[in-house]
Amino acid sequence: MSIDLPDVADTTGQAAAEDRQAAVEPKQPSMVLRRFLENKLAILGLLLFLAMAVFCFLGPLVYHTDQIHTRLSEQTLPPGPGHPLGTDQVGYDELGRLMVGGQTSIEIALGAALVAVVLGVVWGTVAGYFGGVIDSFMMRIVDSVMSIPALFLLMFLATMFRPSVLMLILVLGLLAWLAPARLVRGETLSLRSREYVQAVRVMGGRAPRIIFRHLVPNVLGTIVVNATFQVADAILAIAAISFLGLGIPPPAANWGGMLSDGLNYTYSGFWWLIYPSGIAIIITVLSFNLIGDGLRDAVGLRAHRRL
Amino acid sequence: MATMLEISDLVVDIRSGRSTVRAVDGISLTLDPGRTLGLVGESGCGKSTTGLAVLGLLPAGGKVTRGSIRIDGHEIVGLREAEARAIRGRTVGVVFQDPMTALNPTQRIGAQVAEPLLIHGMANRSAAMKQAVDLLGEVGLSRPAAQAERFPHELSGGMRQRVMIALALICGPKLLVADEPTTALDVTTQDQILQLFDSLQQSRDMSILLITHDMGVVAGHTDEVAVMYAGRLAELATTHRLFGGYRHRYTEALLESIPTLDTPRGQRLATIAGLPPNLGGQLAPCRFAPRCAHAEQVCFDVEPQWSEQGEHGYACHLPRRTDADLMTESAGAPS
Repeated sequence: MSIDLPDVADTTGQAAAEDRQAAVEPKQPSMVLRRFLENKLAILGLLLFLAMAVFCFLGPLVYHTDQIHTRLSEQTLPPGPGHPLGTDQVGYDELGRLMVGGQTSIEIALGAALVAVVLGVVWGTVAGYFGGVIDSFMMRIVDSVMSIPALFLLMFLATMFRPSVLMLILVLGLLAWLAPARLVRGETLSLRSREYVQAVRVMGGRAPRIIFRHLVPNVLGTIVVNATFQVADAILAIAAISFLGLGIPPPAANWGGMLSDGLNYTYSGFWWLIYPSGIAIIITVLSFNLIGDGLRDAVGLRAHRRL
Repeated sequence: MATMLEISDLVVDIRSGRSTVRAVDGISLTLDPGRTLGLVGESGCGKSTTGLAVLGLLPAGGKVTRGSIRIDGHEIVGLREAEARAIRGRTVGVVFQDPMTALNPTQRIGAQVAEPLLIHGMANRSAAMKQAVDLLGEVGLSRPAAQAERFPHELSGGMRQRVMIALALICGPKLLVADEPTTALDVTTQDQILQLFDSLQQSRDMSILLITHDMGVVAGHTDEVAVMYAGRLAELATTHRLFGGYRHRYTEALLESIPTLDTPRGQRLATIAGLPPNLGGQLAPCRFAPRCAHAEQVCFDVEPQWSEQGEHGYACHLPRRTDADLMTESAGAPS
């Protein structure tokens, strides 16, 4: 980009200096990006997640295994030629299963986080913007849903509906939107008294325009951070319900289910049924936490410098 | 001549928790087309609340309890929000104090300035953008087309305030409400912005309600002045008359507390003793009496009546005597 000359409209030294500085600074989103990229841990998180995604989604194109038909003759083989990570209790290749299971886990986690964030942002901005009775009513709903133990609700819903990827996305999303809703509502309460919102109101802007053009873009910084933590939480939640035997039924696989199946064989010494899925979960959750931390710092720093 | 803004006997109550504060207590003002009215007073005197009532932006718990506000002949008190918005929308523009928070940090300034045109369906997107760029040029941004692509944080305070002014003017309002528009700016920028107001007012024949605490701003850039104290009008006059012969003791105290270069070194600056009264508590009949250097018993017993001579009104039992008074007195007195 070319470096703009100081603006002549402002003749004060300070204003001109500010202007010059403003001119060389890149635009807002790239400022956040740059600070994010300066954060080594955040980069590590991003690389870890990319590695997991490549492993799960592109791996099966290179490493072909049959993840549909059980082979009881090849049960619980230890790692060795042909099966780098051994086979599980019904003869599936563990490495191939790790890839397929990872696909499900990542898809559900991203989907659930998206549902949670979209619902939470809309709910929170609407409640925060209108305030008063509407706000109280909407936030009491959030409080009451939050007061029900999430695991209990998950088990209840998982027994009522036949678990599938889509169903799990909806169930996890519908459980997870509460935190972002609260977060966004709080942020909206302060944003709605900002003068630019007031100015739009004076000029006749209606609620939908104010909410979607002026409030939502301003809470995105906060919510992007929350979204990454939502992904990590969802991966753990899938593991938890699979562990309880309420996950997606076989032959579909996911990391949580693989881990819980493997744990039955703890005392048989079949370590290859436990470590791979456990480590995959840890790496993915960790990667999203690192990304979230990095984003929070990048976004937070921006707010700091602006004030 | 039709008045642009007519406020009569306006009372605004602000309820917070159990207590109610009467922030504005029966003020009446008129503002004619093409004129500027300065609304001055200390913090908490109700000047901003009056402005917010005109704009329909009273805070939660705030309510116009009595009186009327007519904008360009239309009564807006008692209307539903949507109806009031229809009247205000294109007729009224607003400029706020702090240009840091008055612009949406996530939108490019061109899009922001163009937005009111889109809200009112006055232009399509590309025409609105073109108008916005033209107006940004008119308010004094150089290379407006390039500036329109920038975000608010890339501009200096003075430039942001110019953008805010463009945003307020894009629909061609007949009334501009400016709430402390220069308070957050440094002195040189302040002056440029005020001159911009003056020239825009001339070219657009617009009325301006200028809310400020700065008597210097009032002196140079208004046609009429309303001095408010504790929710009431203390004095109302044309700017010329007011500075030529202010009567109210509060106006006197305000003007005397402006330091001048002639003040001898070492002399303490003149101040008004005490603080503005708590509007939720007990108030003296003349609300300024407890702080007034000239107050007498009558000020604590009887509420001062509004007296008006020509274009000059005030509410004070013991008004300051002007030079003209002194002259008539000495002429009339038997020697």
